[in-house]
Amino acid sequence: MHDYADIFARSFGLILTGDPGLWSVVLLSLRVSLSAVAISALLGMPLGALLAMARFPGRQPLIVLINALMGIPPVVVGLIAYLLLSRSGPLGVLGLLYTPAAMIIAQTVLVLPIVAALTRQQIEQLHAEYGEQLRSFGVRGLRAVPTLLWEGRHGLTTTLLAGFGRAIAEVGAVIIVGGNINHVTRVMTTAIALETSRGNLALALALGAILILIAVGVNAVVTMLSLSAGRGTRG
Amino acid sequence: MAEPGAEPPTPPPASPGCGPIRVSGVRHGADGRLLLCIDRLEIASGGVSVILGPNGAGKSLLLRILHGMIRPDEGRVSFGEGPPCRQGMVFQNPVLLRRSTAANISYALRVQGCPRHRRRLRLRELLELGGLAGQARQPARTLSGGERQRLAMLRALAAEPEVLFLDEPTSSLDPAAAQALERLIRRVAGGGTKVVMVTHDLGLASRLGEEVIFLHRGRVREQSAAAAFFAAPRSTEARAFLALNQVRR
Amino acid sequence: MSAGGAERGTGRESIRRALTWIAALLLSLLAGALLFVAGITGGGVPAPEQARFVILQSTTSTRNSGLLDAILPVFEAETGIEVRVVAVGTGQALRNARNGDGDVLMVHSRADEEAFVAEGWGVARHDLMYNDFVIVGPEQDPAGIAGMGDAVAALARIAARGARFVSRGDDSGTHKAELRLWAEAGVDVAAASGGWYLETGAGMGAALNMALGLDAYTLSDRASWASFANRGRHRVLVEGDERLFNQYGVILVNPARHPHVRAEEGQRFIDWLLGPRGQGLIAAFRVNGQQLFFPNAR
Repeated sequence: MHDYADIFARSFGLILTGDPGLWSVVLLSLRVSLSAVAISALLGMPLGALLAMARFPGRQPLIVLINALMGIPPVVVGLIAYLLLSRSGPLGVLGLLYTPAAMIIAQTVLVLPIVAALTRQQIEQLHAEYGEQLRSFGVRGLRAVPTLLWEGRHGLTTTLLAGFGRAIAEVGAVIIVGGNINHVTRVMTTAIALETSRGNLALALALGAILILIAVGVNAVVTMLSLSAGRGTRG
Repeated sequence: MAEPGAEPPTPPPASPGCGPIRVSGVRHGADGRLLLCIDRLEIASGGVSVILGPNGAGKSLLLRILHGMIRPDEGRVSFGEGPPCRQGMVFQNPVLLRRSTAANISYALRVQGCPRHRRRLRLRELLELGGLAGQARQPARTLSGGERQRLAMLRALAAEPEVLFLDEPTSSLDPAAAQALERLIRRVAGGGTKVVMVTHDLGLASRLGEEVIFLHRGRVREQSAAAAFFAAPRSTEARAFLALNQVRR
Repeated sequence: MSAGGAERGTGRESIRRALTWIAALLLSLLAGALLFVAGITGGGVPAPEQARFVILQSTTSTRNSGLLDAILPVFEAETGIEVRVVAVGTGQALRNARNGDGDVLMVHSRADEEAFVAEGWGVARHDLMYNDFVIVGPEQDPAGIAGMGDAVAALARIAARGARFVSRGDDSGTHKAELRLWAEAGVDVAAASGGWYLETGAGMGAALNMALGLDAYTLSDRASWASFANRGRHRVLVEGDERLFNQYGVILVNPARHPHVRAEEGQRFIDWLLGPRGQGLIAAFRVNGQQLFFPNAR
């Protein structure tokens, strides 16, 4: 029914002509999602490691909760973030609604559970494997965490990529807290939703193709980086 | 490339002052079963002590309790009067870090407090001691079985231990690799480091061991000089064990 | 020589490790810098020039038709005030504005707008422009309503035939208008929901896409339909009934209720829209040569 050749021609046309509107949307998407992943890594990896290594009351329920939050629908996160950041909400005075910062916050809430839960699981496995050896070196308890994180770097890189995938692909949260404002908070997914609602299905699909290209590109870059960093030290 | 141990560099010096290992009143169990029960055991400082016994006798458990990896349910382990001895241990299946051979040793040096300015020299010494200088940059997990075992030894030696615990160091090694490791153990012991070793290899035990501690069902059945033990074991269990293992060989 | 190899090896490795750490550090710095930028443009600590903006809570029809893209750049060029458009249904726009999440409202549901002002959330309501709703349906027209001048009778016939009808179902201005027409036709659509009456709960574009896919009828504002690119074999079947009249209003959110409202910029935008410049641009806006909005400010 649709002319797929036309769709491909359009997406390549958009890329080749370097359409400035498209580029600003692409860059904002990357900026928001990479920031959310960076914050999630800074918070989620220590949290996951703590859950794996430390024993404290409420640990098991917390693990169950974080595992469950991996599947929370983006639109629910968007709604909660909206209620918090709205001028009538508890954080309204910050004036963050309809800004990229609000989108970063919402996506961080989406990505953080993935990073924390998968980090916990990997660190637990690594600790089962390495724990005795490290204790023999006198490296005990939380002191082992940096070593375990480094030993698990390949798995953790994949974890971050999974988080990035969830962030860059979601539309439900960013459209609510970002508002899909042109040149301010419009990202790839909300642009796709907009073009779909305008009936510009070919353009929407072209944008979708570009989104896939971005995701492939980011994955390729990270994989290459981790390969070159790990060459000679992998095993 | 240097053949492992072709030209013996200086082995790590052991500082004197680490007294005999004393085990007193140790009881340890799991799931309601008593696995280890040693009222008194003294392992002299210096030389190689071999712990022998059938499977399930509690050999590895004893080694871990001596090394302080497991705190026994009851009783205590002491190392003379002074401060705790520096110790190292090579596990039966050593876990190598996902790094290069050299980085594995550097890591052990770093976490065990080797001062920064000495690390490079120590690393070189250890690599040569183990005959792994040529594999320094190779990912540790791609080394051969014998090389991996030697690397685990070198890591355990990083802290210049006064006592080195070895859990079945030659199991799953081919004869050549086992020989190279045996030379390494001999050199370490010759340098004054106390070696306590669990093994099933009676040949290795008789060549290296100066004393034998024979465990059976969690109890010390016999502790005697190696020559005496292999010539004429006193306990019936030890006689049965030797007979069985000699027949099998 | 083997020792030299070892030393070189460890030297290279430490360099490699250092490079990895530097790369990681740079990435986190980059992320930090991006956050900082995000904070600035976000309005946390806005630079003076960038502070000049208003948030317009508008309907999807004004944005999707391209009207706002056509007139807002002119206003921004003339005044230096940026207009940030959040396009949602009228119901949601009113709720967002009530929460203080917007400075100016541009919506189309007169009764709700007057209530909004009466309750003190808005300063005043002004007529801005109008167009009309149309009933859109498949060319085959299973209910046989093509050409009818009476929209209420047309809907009654759709209901009687049980022909599929896609409703916005999202509390938008179009949805409210549609419900008024059903009430006038005496049809209880709630009872038919899920049968021939399908509520999408989505924007106009989504509802049109769905009507297309299901060969169903739907009510659309003329602007959304005229600028909709994926029309397939659907046509405007009923138009011209005065009950299909669609009035847009514009309201400044009350700074007495929400002190952070950019009242000065917002009022300036409203004055401009209602003045000759804004009204002229609205009248001049065309899609495929067709005028979609008719200015009627007084």
